[in-house]
Amino acid sequence: MERGLKMQKVSFSFVGRGILEEFDLCLEPGVNRTILGMSGVGKTTILKLLLGLLKPDSGRIVIDGTDVAKISEREFIRLRKKIAIVFQGSALFDSMTVGENVGYRLLEERELSESEIEKIVLEKLSMLGLEHAIDHYPAELSGGMKKRVAVARALAADPEYVLFDEPTTGLDPIGVYNIQRLILMLQEQGKTTLMVTHDLETAYAVSERFSFLHERRLLFDGPKDDFAKADIPAVQEFLKPTEQSLFRFDSE
Amino acid sequence: MKITLIEDKAKECFWEIQAYFMLAGRAVRKMFAPPWYYREFITQLDKIGVGSLFIIILTGLFTGMVMALQGLIQMKPFAATTYVGSVVGITMVKELGPVLSSLMVVGRVGSAITAELGTMVVTEQVDAMVVEGTDVVKRLVTPRLKAILIAMPLLTVITDAVALVGGYLIATGYQISFTLYWKSIPQFLVFQDLVEGCVKPLVFGFILCMMGCYVGLNTRGGAEGVGAAAKRTVVLASVLILVTDFFMSKIFVAFR
Ligand SMILES: Nc1ncnc2c1ncn2[C@@H]1O[C@H](COP(=O)(O)OP(=O)(O)O)[C@@H](O)[C@H]1O
Ligand SMILES: [Mg+2]
Repeated sequence: MERGLKMQKVSFSFVGRGILEEFDLCLEPGVNRTILGMSGVGKTTILKLLLGLLKPDSGRIVIDGTDVAKISEREFIRLRKKIAIVFQGSALFDSMTVGENVGYRLLEERELSESEIEKIVLEKLSMLGLEHAIDHYPAELSGGMKKRVAVARALAADPEYVLFDEPTTGLDPIGVYNIQRLILMLQEQGKTTLMVTHDLETAYAVSERFSFLHERRLLFDGPKDDFAKADIPAVQEFLKPTEQSLFRFDSE
Repeated sequence: MKITLIEDKAKECFWEIQAYFMLAGRAVRKMFAPPWYYREFITQLDKIGVGSLFIIILTGLFTGMVMALQGLIQMKPFAATTYVGSVVGITMVKELGPVLSSLMVVGRVGSAITAELGTMVVTEQVDAMVVEGTDVVKRLVTPRLKAILIAMPLLTVITDAVALVGGYLIATGYQISFTLYWKSIPQFLVFQDLVEGCVKPLVFGFILCMMGCYVGLNTRGGAEGVGAAAKRTVVLASVLILVTDFFMSKIFVAFR
């Protein structure tokens, strides 16, 4: 069985407005990737397509060799357990405590006893240095802590792939550093990460391969060291905005 | 140009209505299968039912009082003031009780449901739930629907009862005795009216809950979108309740 997450010639539009055109993506196990692109270009959309939260207009999405369009909803839910996501705004359930958030899936599945779930929750939280916050509500936490709780929740079901949606946006330098270390730690534990961001520094720190999305299309796909050398105007502009970049993308 | 615009709007409207009924259908079907989300249900029942009690009592009290007052003034020249109890009773049980209590609950609960679910949508909490394998309709819509279907008829009965008491308070000022007031009620109120008075809030509750959930789950555009969505729920649900009330009354008249 061929493993990994794949998108093949995926096109997608929101009510008549094209977001992606024939987008290709390949996330092989162990090869961490970052999708770069400017705000509003459709990075979050890509992650939602991978998770089946949005359906592509055309093209194939393949998870570990299975075309997700060809299986039932129930089978897809099982398959999706391999993938976890840390949403941009953390997306913690604000009516639940940190502990309940992290144990959410396990509590929903009702396969483990409460004490077993609590053990797992504590283990995940202590890995992220958050045991003391277990009974707090998300509203009481700082942005960086919320993000770490979101990571803990993502890890509760032991996924193989972890998707990050702009994990460093809105964090202070220490928060950014924490997240970078955290992503590297997950990779050491054998998880494959796919991050979407416009934070170049973090992209270079935590991934081997880059994809660059610009105006609905994939303009670059390759090792990160080739990215800066790429002879693509949009890439060069992304790396080093010039006077001409001023307000140019406002109309979009 | 204009025609296609109208056509597009009509199509969009049609899709929305279809989506609304599909959500409603799914929510009803899922009411009868586990998991039950018992805790969520109790929380909602408390929020929706108990939480609306005060406003419902106020509504009933003042409506009953004003109706008795107006009725007494109108009936005085005909020496028919002894029937004031039945006037308040009939109008409250059949019409004003269900409609007014539902409208109050729309304002208080319908908008809150939309705001809650809408916030969950725009902050990606709903997406997170789906990713974690949760059936969102089952988890978020069904417990609310169950709670409202139980609470709404009860709230209406309370509205009616309080209104009758309110009417009595006014009637005493016009020298109408306790027995005269209460005895006049069953003279005109038949069993079918009581059925009507309980079926209507059930239907209105269903309408307002599903509107709250549908609009909430389809919220777009951040905090501003949540505000707009809550307003939309109140307007749409209120109008729909008034329209439905007319047609339901028609049906009940036909079966008299
Ligand atoms: N639900 C939606 N309906 C319509 N347009 C949307 C919706 N969600 C996002 N968009 C639009 O799609 C584009 C891509 O969005 P997104 O994937 O969130 O961008 P990014 O994550 O790269 O900032 C944006 O321009 C946004 O306005
Ligand atoms: Mg985004």
